[in-house]
Amino acid sequence: MIKSIFGKFTKWKILKQLILKDIDTLIIGSMGIVSFISFFVGGVVSIQTALNLENPLLPKNLIGFATRQSVILEFAPTFISIIMAGKVGSYITSSIGTMRVTEQIDALEVMGINTYNYLIFPKIVALSLYPLVICVSMFLGVFGGYMACVYGGFSSSSEFIEGIQLDFIPFHITYAFIKTGFFSFVLATIPSYHGYFMTGGALEVGKASTVSFVWTSVVIILLNYLITQMLLT
Amino acid sequence: MIEVQNIIKSFDGTEIIKGVSTVFDKGKTNLIIGQSGSGKTVFLKCLLSLFIADSGKILFEGKGLKKMSIKERSILRQEMGMVFQGSALFDSMNVEENIMFPMQMFTQKDDDEIRDRANLVIKRVNLINANSKYPDEISGGMKKRVAIARAIVMNPKYLFCDEPNSGLDPKTAILIDNLIQEITAEYNITTVINTHDMNSVMEIGEKIIFLKDGLKSWEGTKEEIFNTENEAVTNFVYSSDLFKKVREVYLKDESDEEQMGTTSA
Repeated sequence: MIKSIFGKFTKWKILKQLILKDIDTLIIGSMGIVSFISFFVGGVVSIQTALNLENPLLPKNLIGFATRQSVILEFAPTFISIIMAGKVGSYITSSIGTMRVTEQIDALEVMGINTYNYLIFPKIVALSLYPLVICVSMFLGVFGGYMACVYGGFSSSSEFIEGIQLDFIPFHITYAFIKTGFFSFVLATIPSYHGYFMTGGALEVGKASTVSFVWTSVVIILLNYLITQMLLT
Repeated sequence: MIEVQNIIKSFDGTEIIKGVSTVFDKGKTNLIIGQSGSGKTVFLKCLLSLFIADSGKILFEGKGLKKMSIKERSILRQEMGMVFQGSALFDSMNVEENIMFPMQMFTQKDDDEIRDRANLVIKRVNLINANSKYPDEISGGMKKRVAIARAIVMNPKYLFCDEPNSGLDPKTAILIDNLIQEITAEYNITTVINTHDMNSVMEIGEKIIFLKDGLKSWEGTKEEIFNTENEAVTNFVYSSDLFKKVREVYLKDESDEEQMGTTSA
């Protein structure tokens, strides 16, 4: 399948439209939910950390530090990807699956179009912008933590900001974006595979979406483990 | 012209098409009939090379599908038009865009030229005021017309239709049948239609192939189907009382004409 995706290319004029449409649906269309979740989960991480800092000897700037580490290392790249497996992955599987059951893919094949390239390649390109979503998630996660911490009275603004800057290792950002790059490819290909090769009717489209979500999540979690093991240990 | 030589196709060890040979003539509406599960759709998909036959040959104007290069196959596909059972229109495109799509993909013409050609075809299939409508906003009959328009927009050499009038009321079904027959003659296309609609058989069956359990059981024209002794065909075609009556009347008229001919001689 992967070979065929990068095989006979669709006319650029058509492909460009498909890519822009997929960017709109998969990337821009996900910004709302990602922003909402990131902001509030960042806030909760910050509150939870503050509530667990019972020892008066521990500095308050640890709240900012813990929030930054949690959001940048795991929450934004990994857990947002799991959420995206549900949102974007289900959309990809069901849209391609519906095209399969309504014979639209057969219609494309009869016309002599490389359906793998036509259907899947634009999604891979669109999701190559997925790190931008994670970037927004990182910012809003930390910002949500800041708001919850400062306006919840757990620490001062300067303490939180000091915590964010504490022991900052730039490679952690690189690590997060390397993970995100792999996840974006997984998010585009596994749901596409489940949609493209499904058989049956409407019920099977639903089943394929569920199976695709499960497998995408499993692969993301396993990849997360492997990449972390390779890059951070 | 399409020549089919002894094609066999099986799935999971079960033979669905068991060695069918036939010829589909140019400029004619060729019908494949048979009960549900007789292998009609699989046979049609083999012709379209959506399924690859296990053995046998399919020759397009004498050239074997298997011997064609990738480029030749690609060209051949552009010469094929297909009307799917459920129309298979692209949901994300309106009627005009659906029809323009093959031309946008495979020609270097500018958008205005493509739009002109699409509108010409839209007129040909009698679609009125539907250009900007989406597939879910139009009726089943209109969807079939759009599918036919999309199939013929590239001036194909071959037109394949899978149950083109299924789910349509009898009047619309006849209109669609007639439209396909007119287009076949007008563009001199080799048309192959899968159907189990007996009205279609009687109306447009210039050549009919009857499939039973994956085998070609009978072959002939709509006139010959009245006189056939093949029990499988008669059981299938004349399963309704109406068509039994039609056959009786047809055969009675024929014998009356023969008797009159003998008497006058």
